[in-house]
Amino acid sequence: MRDLTNEILELIRRTSSSLPNDVEERLRAAVEKEAPGSAARGALETILKNIELSRANSTPICQDTGTPIFHVYYPEVCCSTRKIREQIRAALAEATKRSYMRPNAVDAIYDNNTGDNLGGDDFPYIHFEEVEPDKPLVIELMLKGGGCENVGRQYSLPDNHLGAGRDMAGVRKVVLDAVQKAQGQGCAPGILGVAIGGNRGLSYTKSKEVLFDKLGTRNADPNLAELEERLTSEANQMGIGPMGFGGQTTVIDTKITGLHRLPASYFVSVSYMCWAYRRRKMTVWEDRVEYD
Amino acid sequence: MRSITTPISDDLVRELKVGEPVLLSGIMVTGRDAAHKWLIETFIKKTREPKDGDLQVYEDLKRLLDGSIIYHCGPVVSGLDTKEYKFLAAGPTTSIREEPYQADVMKHFNVKGVIGKGGMGAKTLKGCQEGPFVYFHAIGGAASYIAQSVQKVLGVYKMEFGVPEAMWVIEVKDFPVVVTMDSHGGSQHAVIDEASRQVLDDLLAKPY
Repeated sequence: MRDLTNEILELIRRTSSSLPNDVEERLRAAVEKEAPGSAARGALETILKNIELSRANSTPICQDTGTPIFHVYYPEVCCSTRKIREQIRAALAEATKRSYMRPNAVDAIYDNNTGDNLGGDDFPYIHFEEVEPDKPLVIELMLKGGGCENVGRQYSLPDNHLGAGRDMAGVRKVVLDAVQKAQGQGCAPGILGVAIGGNRGLSYTKSKEVLFDKLGTRNADPNLAELEERLTSEANQMGIGPMGFGGQTTVIDTKITGLHRLPASYFVSVSYMCWAYRRRKMTVWEDRVEYD
Repeated sequence: MRSITTPISDDLVRELKVGEPVLLSGIMVTGRDAAHKWLIETFIKKTREPKDGDLQVYEDLKRLLDGSIIYHCGPVVSGLDTKEYKFLAAGPTTSIREEPYQADVMKHFNVKGVIGKGGMGAKTLKGCQEGPFVYFHAIGGAASYIAQSVQKVLGVYKMEFGVPEAMWVIEVKDFPVVVTMDSHGGSQHAVIDEASRQVLDDLLAKPY
């Protein structure tokens, strides 16, 4: 297979420095909802200036360039997953050298930073999935910072404290609780990824995976679609606002995915994505590579 | 808008109130998780022995931090090979992780301000009153924008902590922040937390 290291490097540069349009549009709309002269409005105006500056200079939108999460969709017979992994790792080390990425891989036992964003077999995290032979190779990248990752929560229902049972009413309660507990610490306004069911690990993984979808796309299940919209609207009633300064927009969008669970378990996982919602995709065609 | 240059006097600290936007200039030092833990354990609680060179760093920090500001930041820095350092991205990191350490560090080094995001808790708020010192909130994620305020990187300590965790000495000009915890017991974070908790309670009481 062809060497895609440079193309993946470009994917990393774009992801770190250029916020997707759908996110930027929502932030622009959010500014208008805040009172002139308010701290919330000031925060959003600074955020928008930062977005433009980062894009123009190819500098990171946020200094926490996050956990790199790669999802690779490869058609049968096209590729060696071993080689793609090597190329992703080489591109990431080069992106770190070029300051598109901050060295972020810290050995949890001995505290040393590897300096190149490569740590063990699982940093960066790379998920491979085989697709039909006629589909192109697609590599998606999400950069999720530590501040918002730290405010993510997992609940095991029933939750007596919140009075949350094993149903959609219970799910609603725990998600709203997660938003209240996050306050501004996850860099609000945020985007919620919610997984219902699964085991503990899968539930968290899937709550992040839904964040690869465009903003505004609703779950095909009308019950979940309704809950997505309701959660966004109710979260915003709490008045936490941009940066937790108080204001109208706390959550920009909510995405829910339903999984199967064991009879004994009912997990609800909430992944909080900060406003610096960095996700990009590259599609490899015969003659060109397309980025979006 | 008020402009403040470090070092900051106690009288000036007491003038600052929650909600006031400020432009900060002068010399400050970055410090986050590893730095705060190290400062507390090595020089304040003295539960670990200083390593080679630590005592010299301590003397330098005493001078640099006196009347100055600690910035909770793990920057993206270019020029690592040549040591011609430049901050490319330098927004604030979440401050609450330093809650166990902050007030003691501020007191020990006579630091007058801390810049971060998300606010801090009761122990730090009490420290703000006693110090006195203030908490300045920068805009989380606005990293390229804030990096433009960093005029010069004057030096770096504890590089063995890694680039994000090292203590960078920087000179800034017109760094935009908002006071969200003051020396009179005011905390914007406590107010928003309480108000949002009441709304949450009302929402939870509603039928599905």
